[in-house]
Amino acid sequence: MRPMPDPAANGARFSLGFPADPAEVRQALTGLLAAPAVSTLVDSDRGTVELVLAEVLNNIVEHAYAGGTGPVEVDLWATASGLNFQVADAGNPMPEGTLPDGHLPDFLRSGDGPTVLSDLPEGGFGWHLIRSLTRDLTYARQGGRNLLSFAIPLDG
Amino acid sequence: MELQTQTRPKVISVLVLEDRIDAASAIQFKERMRDVTGSGDQRVVLDLARVQFLDSSGLGAIVAVKKLLGPDRVLELSGLTPTVEKVFRLTRMDSIFTIHASLEAAVANAANA
Repeated sequence: MRPMPDPAANGARFSLGFPADPAEVRQALTGLLAAPAVSTLVDSDRGTVELVLAEVLNNIVEHAYAGGTGPVEVDLWATASGLNFQVADAGNPMPEGTLPDGHLPDFLRSGDGPTVLSDLPEGGFGWHLIRSLTRDLTYARQGGRNLLSFAIPLDG
Repeated sequence: MELQTQTRPKVISVLVLEDRIDAASAIQFKERMRDVTGSGDQRVVLDLARVQFLDSSGLGAIVAVKKLLGPDRVLELSGLTPTVEKVFRLTRMDSIFTIHASLEAAVANAANA
């Protein structure tokens, strides 16, 4: 059972459930971008929402379900300062029970560039993007499910 | 993954004819890029003007292409749309790649290189 939204505090809740799979994620993103609270945003905010959700959902496909599949559920609702999200899956828990810190390599943070081409990372950007674009990011493992919640502040 | 290439004496330009490079298409993008850039020595300009969405998998694939081309072959980018530009800026990858406003600017720059 989904908790009922508090109508005094939150806008209408929008929920979407789908199986974890790259093609399903693409389709789910289309569905989530069509949610009333998202479709009405300015382009830059809608782009941010799509990016954060894509990173979160890709992580679930690639790591939580690691090659297998299972259910994913996204809930979103508008608040005075932005959009709140809760994403649930029944896959593997986060390693160590905590979220990755998403730090970029030092040479990128300092702007010095890599000394050799092979030092350039091809991955590890996902959590950096999620952490850069969200607030109040929390993770819990409850009843065999991963629960990730976060807010996306809006510019527009 | 549709790519449109144009070969000039000093530069191969590759226009991505898809509106996204994401987790579902990143591997295919990397393989197609390897095919179209071949073994020449021209610099490569990747024109992303039609790409509205790039996630970290797509970004990783572009970095992989840069590595495939090796240290002696330049990969530059052009035509970043707003969300794509945001990904490059937030990951500091805008400090690794030379980014031109348009393909025309990139080609003009290559002609003078």
